[in-house]
Formats: sequence, structure tokens, C-alpha cells
Amino acid sequence: MPIRPRMARTSSSAATANPPPAGAKGPAVRLAGLYHSYGSVTALNGIAQKVEAGSFVALVGLSGSGKSTLLKTVNRLVAPDSGQVLIDGIDNCESDLHRLRRSIGYVFQNIGLFPHMDVARNIGIGAWIRNIAPLGEARIAELLEQVDLPASIALRMPGELSGGQQQRVGVARALAHEPGLMLMDEPFGALDPITRELIGNTYRAIHDRLGLTTLMVTHDMAEALLLADRIWVMADGRIVADATPQQLLLGACGAEAEALVAIPRAQAEKLVAMRERATADRLA
Amino acid sequence: MSTLLTGFERVPALLSEHVQLSLSALGLALLIALPTAIWAMRSRRVAQIALGLASLIQTIPALALLALFFPILLAVAAMLGDRISPLGFLPSLLALTLYALLPILRNAVTGLKGIDPALGEAADALGMTGWQKLRVVEAPLAAPMIMAGIRTAAVWTIGAATLSTTVGQPSLGDLIFAGLQTQNWSLVLAGCIAAAGLAMLVDALLGMVETGLARRQPLRIRLAGALMVMGLAAALMPGTIMRQGTGEQRETVIVGAKRFTEQFILARVIGQRLEDAGYRVEYREGMGSAVVFGALTNGDIDVYVDYSGTIWTNAMKRTDPVSRPDMIDAIGKWVATEHGARLAGALGFENTYAFAVREADAKRLNLRTLDDVVRVSPDFTFGTDVEFLERPEWQMVQNAYPLRFKAERAFEPTFMYRALASGQADIISAFSSDGRIAANRFVVLEDPAGAIPGYDAILLASPRRSGDERFLRALQPLAGSISVEMMREANYRVDRPRNKQTSIAAARWLNRQIDTARSNTPHKDIP
Repeated sequence: MPIRPRMARTSSSAATANPPPAGAKGPAVRLAGLYHSYGSVTALNGIAQKVEAGSFVALVGLSGSGKSTLLKTVNRLVAPDSGQVLIDGIDNCESDLHRLRRSIGYVFQNIGLFPHMDVARNIGIGAWIRNIAPLGEARIAELLEQVDLPASIALRMPGELSGGQQQRVGVARALAHEPGLMLMDEPFGALDPITRELIGNTYRAIHDRLGLTTLMVTHDMAEALLLADRIWVMADGRIVADATPQQLLLGACGAEAEALVAIPRAQAEKLVAMRERATADRLA
Repeated sequence: MSTLLTGFERVPALLSEHVQLSLSALGLALLIALPTAIWAMRSRRVAQIALGLASLIQTIPALALLALFFPILLAVAAMLGDRISPLGFLPSLLALTLYALLPILRNAVTGLKGIDPALGEAADALGMTGWQKLRVVEAPLAAPMIMAGIRTAAVWTIGAATLSTTVGQPSLGDLIFAGLQTQNWSLVLAGCIAAAGLAMLVDALLGMVETGLARRQPLRIRLAGALMVMGLAAALMPGTIMRQGTGEQRETVIVGAKRFTEQFILARVIGQRLEDAGYRVEYREGMGSAVVFGALTNGDIDVYVDYSGTIWTNAMKRTDPVSRPDMIDAIGKWVATEHGARLAGALGFENTYAFAVREADAKRLNLRTLDDVVRVSPDFTFGTDVEFLERPEWQMVQNAYPLRFKAERAFEPTFMYRALASGQADIISAFSSDGRIAANRFVVLEDPAGAIPGYDAILLASPRRSGDERFLRALQPLAGSISVEMMREANYRVDRPRNKQTSIAAARWLNRQIDTARSNTPHKDIP
């Protein structure tokens, strides 16, 4: 398992306080020879990759590079034209479609909270879907706490919440039935930078504490660098780089990867230089 | 005011029928439209076809749609061995159901398709089955929109149900049609107020459900539901009570009537006599003249009055001129052999097409016969009832007299006489037994060529009644007892602009006249 970057994690004490459990419960995922196209547009052009059990993988790339399509083949929201997705060695076509999806957490940019149900019912909908006993108040409160929300929010309607609160509920809903694998499709893309930072760190801590396997699509290279163990760079339906954040920052991972990393790196360097100049000016 | 109240007397029973019909049609439309909408949501092609068909149906006038079901159901009935009736409830139900489909279907499809796709993605990713998704996501979110469609459909259906009168289904339209023909505005008003009131009430209650759904207030929905059930029970009560209350051993006969004053009066004349003979009588008034003969031979009605020339040309498809008595004989034989029905006698008067002009024109232009009209016809506007121009009689008249009118305008019979009086028409195809010819001092033109066949009023009994001695005995006094003067006077009592009588009162008067005439000097007319 790759080493997680520790740099720049200073803002979140939770993330570093909970190291991943020795035996991760998240499954390993293997993508084997995936091809998919929408009409004449090729979205996946031969993907063969492996996600280690318990690791956090970020998928980056320009719009239309096939990130979301690739993610959705895992819970079969997209059925690929050819190829296999193996979860802990089992082809995901072999299990019942609904049972497969119920075993995988899914969080996406548009959140998709049901507007006619309060927060508790949104989080508890999985129990109804599975036709099992509804989640108790205590379990709802525990799930809310996990995403840093007060238990009192359970009776509110989604429309009354801020975007950040809504997405925290979205994460709680995805976690309600203890999935090992989490799929996240630009989960924090629509949030303001501060909220994004906070909720990103909250999620990373959950990932570590529960020993999940996480696949996250993001268009924000900085977010990928700061949260993920490994980063896959996609271009034109292929994975053109698979590296740790450190390796990416050092360069030499190919032109596409370099193009994506260059901007946040340059910005960070500029900011550091500015701060140094400001400090020097004040001292002078 | 009292005349207005008499109109409302008939409302409860008709309202009950009206509600039953509208509710059934709406229910059936829901059963068809909702599953179709769900299917349409999943398939673009189905959506296009379903909405296209529903829109197409909507372009057919409701009256035509109702009438179209008659020949279709007649054919189906023939195939099924007469187990279904092509008149009354069934065609009304089918036509109204088709009519109610579009608003429900369109709103349901719009509502279901309008759901945020993110919610569908979330539902799928959570592992919901299609059915689960429909139940907790799609149906509740589309519900307010669907409800709005149901509301529109309900109002349309209640309104259009008034037209079912024309195919022999009792409804609030009975009041409206009878009132329009006899210019009894209190009847029209009673029918309109009842129908509009019903529509508004239903709209308000369904609106309450709609807001309840949109604002997620189950209490409001339940309250509206309870009020609807109560209203429904109250509306249906009169029908049920009537049925049970009079459900004794008395046999029920159904008297039919076409859509004009004379028919309404004669139906009541017949009905009053049958009631005296111990029958329970129901009326199907305002039937289209194309369907009424079929209704008789099919047994949907037991008796009605038709006119020899109408049967001769329309039903028997004959155009050869014969004498009036010969025509009646031939019709009697034909209905017996072809349909097993019975000609129970001629009433004694004729109601033929009578070409009438204003007295002043007749004098000024020296008009006495149809031949005289030929020379002035290019300057004349011809006013007719709505069906005359399509009838074979018009063809026969044109064959005999080369008439070329400046314009031809069709009116409801009531307005035809007014059109001639007010100059909107210069000549009309009046009815010879109509009291308004004499009242307006119109001049009836002679038909020297004998182009117009005889139109003796004849009593026709259904196959079931053709051997019913008690029934035939009860109507026997009517044969040969009504002179054209008596009929004109009875018609005028209903049609006159002032001091109007109801067709029921006019029928009572006519029945008294018939009895007096028979006991005093049979076959002599009473002035």
C-alpha cells in the first residue's frame, strides 16, 4: 500500500489522529480491459488498473476524459461495452444489480437528496430499500456525527440546509449500511473552497477510520494531491499516469499529468513567495 | 321563481346519474393513463405515440365522439350477440374516458419527466428497484402535477357529460337540451347551475388534494378525501333511493324522444298513459334522430314517435313516392319483418317539412308554391335545421324544383323560426305541426310536385313490447286521436315566448284533449 502524503495535512488534526486499521475492510478493485463509447465518442479506451484494498484513489483529467464513466462502471450505472470490473476478485456482473449497488457507497456532485423526505428518512432510506428494520435514532445521530453534523438536523428537510450540509448528509446516507467501497463523483465540486476543504478532510478521516476503499473523481488537482494515496490521470479514455501525489509533484509522470500539476504547484509557490516577501517587508 | 324551482326538481336524480358517469369515466381514464405515463417516462417513442393519440382524440368534438361510438358499438353488439348496448351508459363512458385521457396523460408524463435527474441517479445508485423508485421518488414528486391533470380532466368530464343526453344516457344535459329546445330557460339554467356547481366543487376539492400533496400536508389531503366521499354519497343517494323506493313489482318502460318540443310532449303523453296503466316510466329525451330508431330496434327504449317519411327515406332507404296510407302500411310490415318491432298506430297528424316565408314577402313577391320560389331563390337565404341539408328529402326537393339559394344557414329549430322572423333567413324548412308558424303568421308554400314525402306521426314499439297486450292497449287511444291543430296548440304552449308551459303540462293538456275528443265527437278536432 502506497504511503500517504503527510504534507499539507496540518489543517486537519482528525485525519492524522486516526491511522488506517491494519486490516482494511474495503475491497480491492480490479478493472480489466474496459472499453465503452457513447455513439462515436470513445469514453473508455482500454482501462486495466488495480485499486489496492483500503486505498484512496483520485481520478483526475480534463472534462470528457472518461473519469465519471470509469467510476460508474464499478457500480454498473454504466455497463461497459467490454471488459470486467472485479471487486475482491468477483466480477460485478455476477451479483444481482440492486444488491451490488446497495453494497457500494455513492456520492456525487448533485447530491440527490430526496426533497420530500427529511434528513433522517434520507439517511434511513437504505433500510427501506433492503426491507429491513429502520435505522434507530441513535444510529442516525451517529452517522450525522461522523460527518460533523448535529443530531438535531435529522428532522430538517434538505431544502433548508446549506450545500455543504446537504453533501455531508449525502455522505452519511452513503455510509449508512457500512459499505467497504465508496465511489465519489466530484463530490465536493459545487462547494465553496472553505467548505470543500473542511468536508474533504472530514471524509478522508472517515476513510481512514473505517478502512474504506475510495475511488474519487475530481477536476481539482490540488484536492486530489491533498486527499488521495494514488492519483490516476485520465486522457481520452486512457489512464496516462498512475502515481503518488509526491511523484506527481516531482514531475516526470508525463505531459498530461504535468499540465494538471503545474497550475496548483505554481500557485502554491507564488503564495509561499508572497508570504515570505510580506514577512520580510514587515520586519524591514 | 317558481318556474326556476320546477327546473331544479329534476336535478337530484339527474345529478346522481351525472356523477356516476363522470366518476366512472375519470376512474377508467386514470387506470389507462397512469400506467401509460409510467411506460412513456421510460420510452420516448411510447410518449410520442400516446400523447399524439390523446391529442388527436381531443380534436374531435365531444358530440361527434359520442355519436361515433354508436355505429362502432352497434357492430360490436352484433358480434357479441347483443350483450352490450350501443346506447346510454357505455358509449358515454367510452367517449368521456377518451376525452379525460389527455390532461391526465400529459400532466403525468410532464410531472414524471420533470423530476431532477440527480434524484433518479441517487435512487439507482442506492440500489432501488424500478418499483421502489416509482413508489418513493417518482410518484410522490410527480403527484402534484398529476393531480393538476386529474383536476382538469374532472372538470372537462363533468362538462362533457352533459352531452351524453344525445346518446340516451340521462345526465344534467337532459335539462339543458330540453330547455334549449323548448326555450324553457329555467330548465337550461337549472342544468347549467347544477353542472357548473358540480364541476367547481370537484375542482375545489381536488385542488385541496393538490396543494396538500405539494405542501406535504397529509391532513389537508385526508380532509379533502373525506369531503369528496361525503359529497359522492350525497350525490349518489337520490339515484339509489329512487331505484329502491320504486323497485316494487312495477315493470319499467323507457320512452324515447328526439330533440324537439313535439317529441318531448309526445313522450310525456305516452309516459302518462303508461303510468296510468301501471308501468314505471323512464325517459330518454334529446336523442339524436339518427340513433333513436336503432335504440328502439335494439330494445334500449320501448317506444317513441317517429315520422313515416323519416323511416321511409332514412331507415328503409326508399325514395319512390307512395300515398300516405300505403307508406304507413309498408313501414308497419317492414319494421315487423326486419326488426320484430311494431307500428302501434298513426297518431293522426302529419309533421312534414313545410317551406315557410314571411307574410310580407309572400304578398310582395306573390309566393304561393315552391315553384314561385325558384325565381327569387338567388336573392333568398335558406334557413334550415341542422340536419335537413344532409337529408334525402332535400335532394328530392331539389330534384323537383331548381332552387339556388344565395346562402344556406343551419339553425337549432328554436332559432330557425326567429331567424325567419328577424330576416336572417328568407325561407325556412319549418315543421308543419309547429305552433310558431301560425303564431308568426308565416306563409307555408305548397308543394305541387309532391316532392316531400308524407310525415305521419307514428308510434313505434320495440320488439320486446310488440306482443305486450297491456302495453299496446294503454297506447291504443292515441291512434288517430291527435289532429294537427291539437299538436300545434300543444307545441305552442311550450314554445310561445310568454306564459310558457313545461312539456309535462302540455302533455297533460293534450291527453285531456284526446280523452274529451274521444268521448264526445271522435275524429273531430277541438279548436
